[in-house]
Amino acid sequence: MKKLSYIDSVHRDGRIWNLSVMVLLMAFPVAVCVLFGVMPDWSSLAVGLIATAPMYWAVGAIETVTFVPMLGAGGSYLGFVTGNISNLKLPCALNALEQNDVSANSEEGEVVSTVAIAVSSIVTTVIIILGVILIVPLTPVLQAPALQPAFDQILPALFGGLGVAFVSKNWKVALAPILLMLILFVFVPALNAGTVGIMVPVSALFTIAVARILYKKGLL
Amino acid sequence: MEFYVNHPVLFFIAGVLVAVVLAQSVYFLIKALRHSKALGMDQKKLRKTMLSAAIFTIAPAVAIVISVMVLSKTLGLPLPWLRLSVVGSMSYETVAANNALSAMGQTLGAGDLNAQQFVNVLIVMTVSIMLGIWLVPAISKKLLSGMKSLANRDAKWADIFSNALFIGMIAAFLGFVFCDVSRLWTADANGMVSVVEDGVETLLTATSGLIPVCVMGVSALVMVACGLLMKLPKMKWLSEYALPISLILGMAAAIPFTGWLG
Repeated sequence: MKKLSYIDSVHRDGRIWNLSVMVLLMAFPVAVCVLFGVMPDWSSLAVGLIATAPMYWAVGAIETVTFVPMLGAGGSYLGFVTGNISNLKLPCALNALEQNDVSANSEEGEVVSTVAIAVSSIVTTVIIILGVILIVPLTPVLQAPALQPAFDQILPALFGGLGVAFVSKNWKVALAPILLMLILFVFVPALNAGTVGIMVPVSALFTIAVARILYKKGLL
Repeated sequence: MEFYVNHPVLFFIAGVLVAVVLAQSVYFLIKALRHSKALGMDQKKLRKTMLSAAIFTIAPAVAIVISVMVLSKTLGLPLPWLRLSVVGSMSYETVAANNALSAMGQTLGAGDLNAQQFVNVLIVMTVSIMLGIWLVPAISKKLLSGMKSLANRDAKWADIFSNALFIGMIAAFLGFVFCDVSRLWTADANGMVSVVEDGVETLLTATSGLIPVCVMGVSALVMVACGLLMKLPKMKWLSEYALPISLILGMAAAIPFTGWLG
């Protein structure tokens, strides 16, 4: 049998893991039904699903197409299972690529982003487990009103630092999309914390267009 | 068995699922590290990358723990624990739970859930979030081989293309930081703005929209300072910690800024 390349084996293993996780997740409600002897309220379930699923599927499809090329193969299989991609996994991978000075498209880049995302996933999962075990003593500390503003502002604090690191190296490409997003977010009231996810692909497409023009003109 | 949202059985099932996801992360980590050796990559540098990723993750992970605490008041502990460990986010789970319950004529937080309500909430959350988990196996190979062939045709453009994706994402979030600045000119005569969130109306000051901008500014300045310090030979170690440091100092700065502007 032909030996699989690293990337091919990542795809094979990733498929097995993700499909297994999917089956296990669906087994949870089934187990609750069996163990506690209840059935779902089917008509309400249909209404609830129609109100929720199409929107999240649309966002999920766009996120997959946008984030997979940034996360790489291993990072994508892990990132889409463990979640918190744009606010944690992707910044973590970007920072790691930057530190190691490797291209996201190289095999080294694939390894570095997988390592960063895996470590980040492990640490997150362990911290949440600790939080669940210690919820009684931790709740008054973490929900103290004095600390609340710090956790409310985690995204600006994250993207300030990340922005400097990335924009300074690519300012020619970054200028136009930053200006466009700034104007849109300031003047369009519908754009807020709830809709920033939808603006990521819009901004990414615009940036690619700007980059292509600059590249063709020999400015990059 | 009599159902309640914190039943030990629910903790057990959630625990098994979380353990599987943890195992997946460990599996991919080991696999990538093994391959890094085969590629002859600098192992010392990779160890530093791992340490840096771990430190960077702490603050955002604590924020996730806070979301688990908030959601646990209405949904019990096992469900938010699972949902925020496996995909999911605070806002997403709240919307999904609300939609599932309102279809049953209930509202989130109106009282303890019974088994049927719990099952409905669980199915709506799970089915709605499932897309990414199966779409990645379905299309990522094609997408990434497309990137690869782009890189083979024109390596320079492929690098610019990747960077453009990253910058596009960062630009969207930088724009988002400014989304409440408009409170400066939409405020009423008393300098207050009414904001409705989750059905609750709160009055905020006109300058409250500047808090995220100031926090971002502090974080950016700290990053610039780290960048300058890193140039000194004795301070090279800072490169691994620059992002976590700017994150933590930016978050810390949010406390006085909220006091002044909020």
